[in-house]
Amino acid sequence: MLINLIDLTLHVTHVILEGICIFIVILARLKPQSVHTSKESPWLYTISSKRKLVDFNFKEIWQYKDLMFLFVRRNVIAVYKQTILGPLWYLIQPLFTALTFTIIFNKVANIDTGTVPPFLFNLAGISVWAYFKNCLTGTSNTFSANAGMFSKVYFPRVIIPLSVIITNLVKFGIQLLIFIGFYVYYYSTGSQIQINKLIVLFPVLVMVMGLFGLGIGMLISSMVTKYKDLKFLIGFGVQLLMYLSAVMYPLSLMREKLPRFAWLVEYNPMAYVIETARYMLLSDGVISWPGLIYTTIVTVLVLFFGLLVFNATEKRFIDTI
Amino acid sequence: MSAIILKIDNISKQYRLGLVGTGTLSDDLKRWWFRILKKPDPFLKVGTINDRSKKSDSNYIWALKNINIEVEEGEVLGIIGKNGAGKSTLLKILSRITMPTTGVVKSKGRIASLLEVGTGFHPELTGKENIYLNGAILGMTKAEIKEKETAIIEFSGCQNYIDTPVKRYSSGMRVRLAFAVAAFLEPDILVIDEVLAVGDAEFQKKAIGKMQDISRGEGRTVLFVSHNMASVKALCTRAIVLEHGEMVFEGGTDEAVSFYLKGGADLINHRQFGNTINKEVFQLHHISIKNTTRAIEDAIVEDEAIELKTALSFKASNPEDYHITYHLFNEMGEAMFSFSNTSEPLQKGNNVLCCYLPKGFLQSGQYFLSFFFVKDRRKAIFIEKDIMSFVVADGKRDIGVYMGKEPGYIRPQFKWERLDD
Repeated sequence: MLINLIDLTLHVTHVILEGICIFIVILARLKPQSVHTSKESPWLYTISSKRKLVDFNFKEIWQYKDLMFLFVRRNVIAVYKQTILGPLWYLIQPLFTALTFTIIFNKVANIDTGTVPPFLFNLAGISVWAYFKNCLTGTSNTFSANAGMFSKVYFPRVIIPLSVIITNLVKFGIQLLIFIGFYVYYYSTGSQIQINKLIVLFPVLVMVMGLFGLGIGMLISSMVTKYKDLKFLIGFGVQLLMYLSAVMYPLSLMREKLPRFAWLVEYNPMAYVIETARYMLLSDGVISWPGLIYTTIVTVLVLFFGLLVFNATEKRFIDTI
Repeated sequence: MSAIILKIDNISKQYRLGLVGTGTLSDDLKRWWFRILKKPDPFLKVGTINDRSKKSDSNYIWALKNINIEVEEGEVLGIIGKNGAGKSTLLKILSRITMPTTGVVKSKGRIASLLEVGTGFHPELTGKENIYLNGAILGMTKAEIKEKETAIIEFSGCQNYIDTPVKRYSSGMRVRLAFAVAAFLEPDILVIDEVLAVGDAEFQKKAIGKMQDISRGEGRTVLFVSHNMASVKALCTRAIVLEHGEMVFEGGTDEAVSFYLKGGADLINHRQFGNTINKEVFQLHHISIKNTTRAIEDAIVEDEAIELKTALSFKASNPEDYHITYHLFNEMGEAMFSFSNTSEPLQKGNNVLCCYLPKGFLQSGQYFLSFFFVKDRRKAIFIEKDIMSFVVADGKRDIGVYMGKEPGYIRPQFKWERLDD
């Protein structure tokens, strides 16, 4: 049943994303530049050492969209091949983490989550954080993990990190279903929770978060090709970052208890994402518009530099790796 | 004359020896400084030619230097050269895996490269799933693959296992499946690197046949790298020879193959060795090969007897234990036969031995002789490969008879007799 569900999710994501792709392609076509080049030169393309700083060929990525979705399929399916629980693993991880967090942070450490049941509070934070974390770690080894393939065949390298983002979106979707299940359970048992009407903006929030992870991941993946030390940093760096991202505590609690260190969390764009997600899903805490604008600006910048560095790396990394 | 579909314009590629990367931090800074001054990269001037066997004093080498090729539509271009001559680097540049250091490649068509079969195969996925994945990696769309799915499965001969994960396949089956996907690629330009050397004999035959269909029948432009001269000759219409990163020959396939096999050196049909081959038991003075009736400067022709003269001095006291053996190779590098001086043994002191090949025995073509000095008829104590290389030219033929090359390498004139019935 779950496998069918995954297939369905894959299909739906495919359709939605293809729609977005078409939209982007139409936008890209509107630019007179692309028409101009094809008319001027009789050559379909040229290969040379000269590179433009920003060289993002949407048309080419569009041609390889099937590859992107096949990679997504591979990533999703290959993980649970020859396992007994199969796709259930996608659910076991967040459930048990949420359970552990609830016991340690809420029961032992007495972190107050207001009217929201602590388990639901943690599940929301963990699911959202997991999506970001998977995007970041999944894209950060793009070059090293695919060096074999990259040294034998050409396709726009950005296909790989994009497929990772989408794969994680599928996973996130499944985890969200579990969240909804518990939500309904707690609601029916009389807990004081309600969805905020801003929930309609939740997909935008998820997108921003995915792109933020993608941007950092692409930056790291490019740097790892030259400095392999970074590989070791990512694992525990992400772990540390989680504690600064208001995953298991509300931002207000940090301000109240550790005002001297609250800025660490306040400068972390992910903290706002997680706070906002909880606000949308559980009406818990407050929504900080300046914080969200800050997050969006950081995301755009990181993504831009990520693409820039990635773009430069994809052309020379095969000689340096 | 058809249109130029691919133009390789002055391509060079520089690598740094030893450490990875394009250089040290100080080199990077210097490069950056020169770029600000709008001066050319200082490190592009240094660098030695790419010769694997010689230790160079520079840290930079040119894997490719000033390569210029124009490929016409429908042409099958062979690229031949020794290991490390730059063939794969050239293919990698063409397939956009790595960038050239200088120069431009311009293409009018979609290039698909086949530098390996089965790129991106995932062991956990089934054969069918891998067909889709591999096909998409090679640049096909899902619709294209779907259309050819049945044909691909049939060509691979893996019908029975198509829904089994690829990790359960034998390596041969994996290769068959992978080649089958690649065989149904339909790019404008196909770049292939020695992928034919896979699978069993039956499948190789099938693969070569398919390759021939692709190039001849479907009129696709193909760039083909191989060490197998027979397949180069069978498939290519034109060929280039790379040596130490430079293009040393461009022309017809047959000429290019023989140019490559003689190593680019001039023909040697007589050699004085001076003191270069002076061993404990013997010293080789000279070897020459020519038509019996002609001078040493003349070309050797097929319709005259050929003599091979060997002059050496034997220094030990047991000449009867030693023999000279020659191995004759054709231009494909295939051994033709070997022959020894069994009927005319060596003697102590100076020996000038002459061996005669009857007229018409060798076909026109290029040949290579390797010299062996053999002890006790089983142990070669001295070997000099390709000690001689010579060309046997076509003999005089009457106008109106077949002017092409006869099949095979020898053309013995057997005895024919009319029997009374």
